[in-house]
Amino acid sequence: MSSEIKPKRRDFLFTATYTVGAVGLGATIWPLVDQMNPDSSVKALSTTEVDVSSVEPGKTITVLWRGKPIFIRRRTKKEIDEATAVDLKDLKDPEKDSDRAKNPEWLVMVGVCTHLGCVPLGDKGDYKAWFCPCHGSHYDTSGRIRKGPAPTNLEIPKYEFVDNNTIKIG
Amino acid sequence: MSEEKYVPKTKLAEWFDSRLPLLSLSHHLRSYPTPKNLNYWWTFGGILTFCLITQIVTGIILAMHYVAHTEHAFASIEHIMRDVNYGWLMRYVHSNGASMFFLAVYIHIFRGLYFGSYKAPREMIWIIGLAIYLLMMATAFMGYVLPWGQMSFWGATVITNLFSAIPLIGESVTNWLWGGFSVDNPTLNRFYSLHYLLPFLIFGLVILHIWSLHIPGNNNPVGIDVKKGSNETMPFHPYMVMKDLTALLAFLLLFFAFVFFLPDFLGHPDNYIPADPLITPAHIVPEWYLLPFYAILRAIPSKLGGVIFMFASIFVLAGLPWLDSSKVRSATFRPLYRKFFWVLVVTVVLLGYLGAKPPEGIYLILARIATAYYFIHFLILLPLLGRYEKTDPLPMSISDPVLDKPGVMDKFKEMAGKYEGENVGSFK
Repeated sequence: MSSEIKPKRRDFLFTATYTVGAVGLGATIWPLVDQMNPDSSVKALSTTEVDVSSVEPGKTITVLWRGKPIFIRRRTKKEIDEATAVDLKDLKDPEKDSDRAKNPEWLVMVGVCTHLGCVPLGDKGDYKAWFCPCHGSHYDTSGRIRKGPAPTNLEIPKYEFVDNNTIKIG
Repeated sequence: MSEEKYVPKTKLAEWFDSRLPLLSLSHHLRSYPTPKNLNYWWTFGGILTFCLITQIVTGIILAMHYVAHTEHAFASIEHIMRDVNYGWLMRYVHSNGASMFFLAVYIHIFRGLYFGSYKAPREMIWIIGLAIYLLMMATAFMGYVLPWGQMSFWGATVITNLFSAIPLIGESVTNWLWGGFSVDNPTLNRFYSLHYLLPFLIFGLVILHIWSLHIPGNNNPVGIDVKKGSNETMPFHPYMVMKDLTALLAFLLLFFAFVFFLPDFLGHPDNYIPADPLITPAHIVPEWYLLPFYAILRAIPSKLGGVIFMFASIFVLAGLPWLDSSKVRSATFRPLYRKFFWVLVVTVVLLGYLGAKPPEGIYLILARIATAYYFIHFLILLPLLGRYEKTDPLPMSISDPVLDKPGVMDKFKEMAGKYEGENVGSFK
């Protein structure tokens, strides 16, 4: 093939046709794919308000938010001290306890193991905090991953204290 | 026998066949030449076809009574078990049928590994077979979710979370798969839709699998090419049809021993507890046929690494025709490969056992050793064996291993002599 050949009118038409065709095909396929994403009714259930006045120190309640369990734990002094005393160098996913609990007494977390989505058990494992029975991940009293296959700390959802006794999640 | 061309016997048949050659196809399927030395390990293709049809028929019936909604699914299964006429039979055949399907497919795959059926010119049969196997696993997994018991729910959660290991887009992908922020009603609904669809895709791939088989023809236990148009082959019907049916009947004895006497033996009792998104069962285990992969997933101490190795353990098989460079197909003539083959079988069974055990202590250590060995077998041992193994001499014909046995010819001459007198010549 000689490099002297100039693009012809027909080459332009081919390229333009393929381009318009590809855009049209993409625009047709997108609704077929996007219909599987979370729908409006699912997204609408995005906040939950919880009354925590009856939770004693050292107890955890579990509430459902967006189909996932949320752990709300009123931590004891000992647990808070353990969580703040940890050297960040020892952590797989370094995060300060003060960045995880707005009010150190209250720890609010998504109760879903960051490995493959099981619900960790409370007051268990090497750190007497959370332990996932599925594949053996141990979390500390701040919900941070310490041992096992999970890659990150238990997720902290968006939440705020509406008043002293009520937490709004979402 | 070589295959003869179909010649229509009537005007009507000629009219029809020249417009749509179904009669030619039917004639081909009956007269398709098969090596006369195929053993019973070659009957599993027919058994698998039977399994697929059984799953489709019982599945269509179950779909007439099942309700794909989180609030009704569990109850509708109990309705099928207690109220629907023969519902218990349909469901137990379907659920045990899945296990039998996998049992047969594992035997079929290991037969291919032993006799080198994946080697040239049969690479396409092997690769299409792997695609079928992947679709089977996806279908079985989604089917297991439908009863909406505890194992259904948590199995679905763990498996869909595998995709969250993908960097950057993992979370969007899992939310897309779920249709929400956790496994819930939208998930159940789409799994039902796909569980109904995929078997028909499998059926289509089975047709391609058989088509690609009928071009080179069957491999055989000796692993050398059969001479086409010689007395080394026999027509598929009635010879192989009868052999396949005999094997199928034996297989059905096992199948229905489970259905009638141990219908829940292969399932997990926790799946008779309705799904609860707040409580994870103490030990989540997948169905037995997925356990080796589950063991590999847990053997790797990293989330993304575990997922990569698990998928790699299946995809490495696609490279097998090129990783195993030995020109000799059958392990019968490969003294070293034959030993390593059995080590691989033991390794895979061991991984299956370890997949059912908690991932700690000695179980975890063994799972890591077995996972490493699995990959070493395919990626290191096979290429090395192809180069350095000294194989045994191959026979000239598939008849030789039978006829060369001491005394066979004399015995045959003696028998033939009874009928034809002493003037029996050489049979070779």
